[in-house]
Amino acid sequence: MLEAVLSIGGIGLLAALALGGAAKKFAVAVDPRELEILDVLSGANCGACGYPGCSAYAKAVANGEASPALCTPGGQGTIDKIAAIMGVAAEQAVPQVAVVVCQGDNRKAKSKYQYLGIQDCNAAQKLAGGPKTCPGGCLGLGTCVRACPFGAIEITADGLAVISRDKCTGCQKCVAVCPRQVIKMSPRVATVHVLCNSHDKGAEVRKYCEVGCIACQICKKSAPDAYQIEGLLAQVVYEHHDQAAVAVAKCPTKCIRDFSQGYPEGSRFVAGAASSGQHAA
Amino acid sequence: MVELLLILVSTIFVNNFVLARFLGICPFLGVSKKVETALGMGMAVTFVMTIAAVVTWFIQYFILVPFGIEYLQTIAFILVIASLVQLVEMVIQKTSPALYQSLGIFLPLITTNCAVLGLAVLNIQKELNFLESIVFAVGAALGFTLAMVLFAGLRERLDLCPVPKCFQGTAIALVTAGLLSLAFMGFAGLVKG
Repeated sequence: MLEAVLSIGGIGLLAALALGGAAKKFAVAVDPRELEILDVLSGANCGACGYPGCSAYAKAVANGEASPALCTPGGQGTIDKIAAIMGVAAEQAVPQVAVVVCQGDNRKAKSKYQYLGIQDCNAAQKLAGGPKTCPGGCLGLGTCVRACPFGAIEITADGLAVISRDKCTGCQKCVAVCPRQVIKMSPRVATVHVLCNSHDKGAEVRKYCEVGCIACQICKKSAPDAYQIEGLLAQVVYEHHDQAAVAVAKCPTKCIRDFSQGYPEGSRFVAGAASSGQHAA
Repeated sequence: MVELLLILVSTIFVNNFVLARFLGICPFLGVSKKVETALGMGMAVTFVMTIAAVVTWFIQYFILVPFGIEYLQTIAFILVIASLVQLVEMVIQKTSPALYQSLGIFLPLITTNCAVLGLAVLNIQKELNFLESIVFAVGAALGFTLAMVLFAGLRERLDLCPVPKCFQGTAIALVTAGLLSLAFMGFAGLVKG
């Protein structure tokens, strides 16, 4: 018993001494600013900056390769802190949030078939283009929910993905995994969005969805600068988002929504702090 | 002398650690995307394996056996191997930062790599003497490096081939590894045991 303890302890001690000595001899100088920047970053390792993880980004900024303004999820607060550590002027980043541009849940939009497979949007999409008749609509199987590192997305009881404007940090992970490309980025200040992703003709859209855009152009007529019709689909021109609210009531299919007045039906999120632009850094 | 040569041939070709004994598959698949990283990893493993063989041989026959505590073999060996790998990591980080970056997580993975522990345990199991175990270790490491470099060369070419979508990436790599393993079976029977 004693021999066991002594021998393993002895080996361990020798190894520790050897490694301690080696650590001194082979020490690599780390820029202290890199550690300070790593402290300030949120640690979510989301990759929005384009670097593999927060430590890689901290290293790149300390080297002078990367701009301090790349950490969009960290918000302006983080950007200011990083800029202060590096001793440069802080840039103003335009905070963006992700929006699911679809309101077609199971009650409002038709399905081609009943899908009983793996509850993953990419898997469903491989099966004849997905269970939803609309080619651009949200499938509601939750792939984006799992991709979001901040827990900002929910699937309503009727199978529609909704993103919380408070929790979304604009990291774009959900945009990357969605097979329908129905998640779009928009400036945080813009609360009015056209919630449709189908470029089909109006008559077609009416057949498979109650709340799809039929490109009737009424929105564009009521707010010419705020809307553009592209490929039979209306979209908000975000530079003029402040003029867009007037068309919300005029839209015949009710596919335009002002998120400051509320989230799509069935969502548990509450509008309010939505457009204030503040969120936890 | 002939004995040692036979051990060398046996461990490099006939009983190749990766392709015949299936030890060390993790770095084999993980670091073999480019020939340079494969070579770098192979050299790191060679260093670790040789020193580990020496140190563990001493520990076994001068500490564990005399005190009758052979049951501590696994722990003691892992302790030694872990320290050695830490040392190698420090040296590589200092001398070749580029290699350090490209090896990434696979460098500390040499520690829990069954190839190194397997080597140490096999030395004892086969009751090799000091010189034989060193040659065994060098042979094992050279065999490991050979397998990795060959595989890396194959993978570099695979990248340029039109692989069917369902096979792309790891899938075709594993199929290739299996074929390479089959090819090395051609050496079976070259050396007894």
